[in-house]
Amino acid sequence: MLDATPKEFNERTSGGMINPAKTCQPIGAMYAALGVHGCLPHSHGSQGCCSFHRMHLTRHFRDPVMASTSSFTEGASVFGGGANLKTAIKNIFQIYNPEIIAVHTTCLTETIGDDIPSIIKEADIPEGKVVFHANTPSYQGSHITGFSNMTKAMVGYFAEASAAIKKEQVNLIPGFVNPGDMREIKRIAHLMGAPFIMFPDTSGVVDTPMTGEFVMFPKGGTTLGELGDSGNSKLTVALGRFASSDAAEALAKKCKVPAVTLKTPIGIKATDALVMALRRAFVREVPWELEEERGQLVDIMTDTHFHFHGKKVAIFGDPDIVTGLAEFAVSLGMAPVHVLTGTPGGAIGSDVGSFEEDIAAIVGQAGLKANIKAGGDLFTLHQLIKNEPVDLLIGNTYGKYIARAEDVPFVRVGFPILDRSVHSYLPVVGYRGAMRLIEMIAGALLDRQDRDAADEDFELVM
Amino acid sequence: MAQALAIDGRQDFITTKGRQISRLKCDDDSIAGAVSQRACVYCGARVVLNPITDAIHLVHGPIGCASYTWDIRGSLTSGADLYRNSFSTDLKERDIIFGGEKKLAAAIDELVAKYSPKLVFIYSTCIVGVIGDDLEAVAKAAANRHGIEVIPVQSSGFAGNKAAGYRAACDALFRLTAPATPAEAALAGKDRSINYLGDFNLAGEAWIIRDYLAQIGVDVNVVFTGDASYGELKKATRARLNIMQCAGSMAYLASQLEETYGIPYMRVSFLGLADTADSLRRIAAAMGGGDLSRRAEELIARETAAVQPVIDSYRAKLAGKKAAVYVGGGFKAISLIKQFRELGIEVVMVGTQTGRKDEYETIDSLVADGTVILDDANPAELEKFMAEKGADLLVGGVKERPLAYKLGRAFIDHNHDRKHPLSGFAGAVNFAAEVYSTLCSPVWRQAKTGGDLNG
Ligand code: SF4
Ligand code: SF4
Repeated sequence: MLDATPKEFNERTSGGMINPAKTCQPIGAMYAALGVHGCLPHSHGSQGCCSFHRMHLTRHFRDPVMASTSSFTEGASVFGGGANLKTAIKNIFQIYNPEIIAVHTTCLTETIGDDIPSIIKEADIPEGKVVFHANTPSYQGSHITGFSNMTKAMVGYFAEASAAIKKEQVNLIPGFVNPGDMREIKRIAHLMGAPFIMFPDTSGVVDTPMTGEFVMFPKGGTTLGELGDSGNSKLTVALGRFASSDAAEALAKKCKVPAVTLKTPIGIKATDALVMALRRAFVREVPWELEEERGQLVDIMTDTHFHFHGKKVAIFGDPDIVTGLAEFAVSLGMAPVHVLTGTPGGAIGSDVGSFEEDIAAIVGQAGLKANIKAGGDLFTLHQLIKNEPVDLLIGNTYGKYIARAEDVPFVRVGFPILDRSVHSYLPVVGYRGAMRLIEMIAGALLDRQDRDAADEDFELVM
Repeated sequence: MAQALAIDGRQDFITTKGRQISRLKCDDDSIAGAVSQRACVYCGARVVLNPITDAIHLVHGPIGCASYTWDIRGSLTSGADLYRNSFSTDLKERDIIFGGEKKLAAAIDELVAKYSPKLVFIYSTCIVGVIGDDLEAVAKAAANRHGIEVIPVQSSGFAGNKAAGYRAACDALFRLTAPATPAEAALAGKDRSINYLGDFNLAGEAWIIRDYLAQIGVDVNVVFTGDASYGELKKATRARLNIMQCAGSMAYLASQLEETYGIPYMRVSFLGLADTADSLRRIAAAMGGGDLSRRAEELIARETAAVQPVIDSYRAKLAGKKAAVYVGGGFKAISLIKQFRELGIEVVMVGTQTGRKDEYETIDSLVADGTVILDDANPAELEKFMAEKGADLLVGGVKERPLAYKLGRAFIDHNHDRKHPLSGFAGAVNFAAEVYSTLCSPVWRQAKTGGDLNG
C-alpha cells in the first residue's frame, strides 16, 4: 500500500516538509497576472521555474497557460539579471506583442537581489505598452502569498482616484479561486445590480472555449482601464483574507476606497455576508432570484442533513478556501476534526495565528474542537488522521494518497486538481456552489455507504 | 502569429528538410523572453533518479521545486514506494541569509530516523548554487553519521537545461557503483545478465522488456532506473553488457561504466515492431547468439504474428494522416518517426527540447522533404507549422496537450503522462490504439462545427 507514514508522532524540528500542502509564490503571481487582459506573465529567473509553473497550471486548468522566462544562465546569476530582463522585455513585445507584461521574481532573482523597478525603467518599452512587477520570493509564504502580492501590485501600479466623487461601483477581489467561481461571484453581483470591477479575473482566460484556434491573449481578464478605475469605486470587497486583503488595503490607502474583507463565499453564511455587503452599499433589495436560490439551498440542506450530522471530516488546502469549507461543514452538522493549510498562519503583514484563530472560532461556535495547523504538511495531516480517523477528506488532488491509505471518501476541492476535469468551470462559491458541494460530499459519503453495505442493509432510497 | 518567427536568433533553431543544408542550432539555452517549453537541470536530474523506489529524494531548496516534482513521473514499482513522497528542506529567508547546511543536515537526520533508508539523494536547486551550501560536506557527514549512502546531486538549474540534469543524475548514479567482486563477476558470466539503461518503467514498460529478455534467456540485472532499488543498483557492475534505450539521459553513464568497469554498451529501442525486433536480435547476438538467437527469433515470430494483424487493421484506418512530433530527446523522436511509418502516418514536423546534433542529422535523413525540424519550439511555432503542414496529430508533453486540443488536433502524451506502456510488441499495439482513439474520436466532429450557433 502506498503508505510510508507512521502513526506515532515524533517531534519534527528540522523545518523540512514531507508531502507539502503548499507551493511557491511565483505560480500564484503567474495565475493572478493571467487575470489581466492582454497580459503575459513573465518569470524573472531560470527557465525551469517557469516551466514548472506553467505545467502545474496547465494540468489544473487543462487550458494553455502562457508565460515567458528570462532564461537565466550562470553569468546572470553572478552579475545580476538586469540584462536578461531587458532583453526579455524587448523580445516579448517584438514576438508575442502583449499589451502588458507582469514580471514576477523567483527565489534566484530575489537572492541575487535584482532591482526590478530600476530595470523596468531602463527597459525598452514600446509606446502604449506597460510592464509591471511584483516581488515573489518563495522562501516566504506560499503560492497564495504570490497571488496576493501580484494582485496588490495591480493596485500599486494602476489604480487611480481620478474622479472627484466615488462611483457607484464595487471592486471585487475574488482571491485564488477557479474561473468558475469568479463567474459565479460576478453573476451574484450582477443580480444584485451592483456595477463592479473584478480583479484579477481569469474567467475567459483559462476556461476558453474551443474555436479551432489558439489565441495567446484570450478575451477575458480585467482591462487596464478597469484597474485604473478601481480607484474610483466606493467600496472594495476582498474575498479571502490571505489572497485578497492586501490589495484591498493598498487600494484604501492609495485611493481612499473603503475596504471590507470577507471570507471566500463558500457555504451559506459566507455567501450571505457577500450579498449583505453588496446590499448595504448599493441600497437595493436582494432580488427574488437570489432569495429563491438561497431558499433552495436551505431546502436541500434540510433534505439531506441526516447524511452529514456528526460526520468527522478533515479539510486541507489554501487558507481562504479551507476556512470557507470548514464553516460550511459546520453548518451542515459535520465535525471538522483536522484542519490544515500549508500556507503560514498569519495574514501577511499581520500577527501570526489568524488562520488558527479563525478556524478555532468556527468550530468553537458549534461546541467542537479540532486539530488546526497552519504551515503544515500532508505528512502531519496523515498522522493526525491515523490517530483520529475521519469519515471524509476534503482537499486538493494530493489528498488521494491519504484517502487511499486510510480508505476514506475523498472530495476534491481547491488547487491543484490534477486528476479530474471540469472542476475549474463550476463554482464552489455562492448558493449554487454550496449546492454543488453538497452534491459532491453527499455523493462521496453515500457511495461509500452503498459500497460497504451488507446485502440486507443495501437500500434503494437514501 | 506569423510575426512570432521574427524573433531574433530563432531562425537558427529551425530548418526545413530539403531547402537548405541543415545546421540546426541546438543544445543551447533558450532566448530571454521566450515562452520556452524547456525545463531545468534539477528537473532533468529528478526525472532520471526519481524511479529509484527505496531512496529518499530530498530537495534542498524552497518549497516549489519539490512541490512540482512530487510523484511527477508515472514510474511503477514492484517494491518500495518511498519515492512517491515529496521531501523538501523548504528553505526560508533565514536559511538564504545564513546558509541552509544545518537545516539540510537536520532534515536528513529526521528522515533517516523516520524511514531508515539505505540511500538518500539530496538535490541542489538554483538558490543553493547561489548561497553556496556545501552539499558534498553535508552528505559526507550524514553518510558517516548514519552508515548509509547520501549522494548529492549537483542540479542547480541555471547552469544549463535538462540535458545537464541528466548528466548530474548520471554522476550520482555512477557514484553508487563499485567493482564487482570476483565471485560476483563469475556469477554474472553464467547468468548472462545485462543492465538496461534508460527505461523509467513508465506504465510498467521495463517489466515488458524484462519479460521478453527472460524468454530469450537473458537476465536483467538492474534497470537504470525504472523500478530500481538500492540493492540492485549496487550490483550493477556484475553485468556483462549494458543496453541503453534513452541515450539522451544515459549516454554518459554508459560510457563511464564502459571506461571504468569495461562493460560494453549498445543502443536499443523498443518503440515499434521493427525497432523492437531488431534490438532483441542484437542483444541475443551480443550475448553469444546460438540458443539465445534462436529463442529471440521464436519470440519475435510469435509476438509479431500476434500483433501484426492488429497493427495492420489500424494502419488501414490511419494511413495518410499526418503527425507532428515534439518530444524531449532526439532519440525518441527518431523512434517515433519510424513507428508512425509502420502505421502509414507521415511525420511532417519534428522538434525536441534536448536533441543533439547527431540526432538531428539522423532525423534529417529519415524524414521526407519539406518536413520542418526545430529545436525548443515555442507555442506559436508549433501552431504555425502544424497548420502549415496540416498535421492531424501532435505528440508532446503536458504543456502541448491543451494547445493541440485548442487547435482541434488529436494528441498523444509520450512523456510522463502516458497512460499505457508503449514499449515492445504489446506497446506498439497500445500506441496504435491510442493514435486511433484520439485521431478518430467523434469529438472532433463537434469541434469542427462547434462555437458557431449563428453560422
Ligand atoms: S529554481 Fe532552479 S532548480 Fe528550482 S525549478 Fe527553478 S530552475 Fe529548476
Ligand atoms: S526556485 Fe523558487 S520560484 Fe523556482 S520553482 Fe523553486 S521555489 Fe518556485
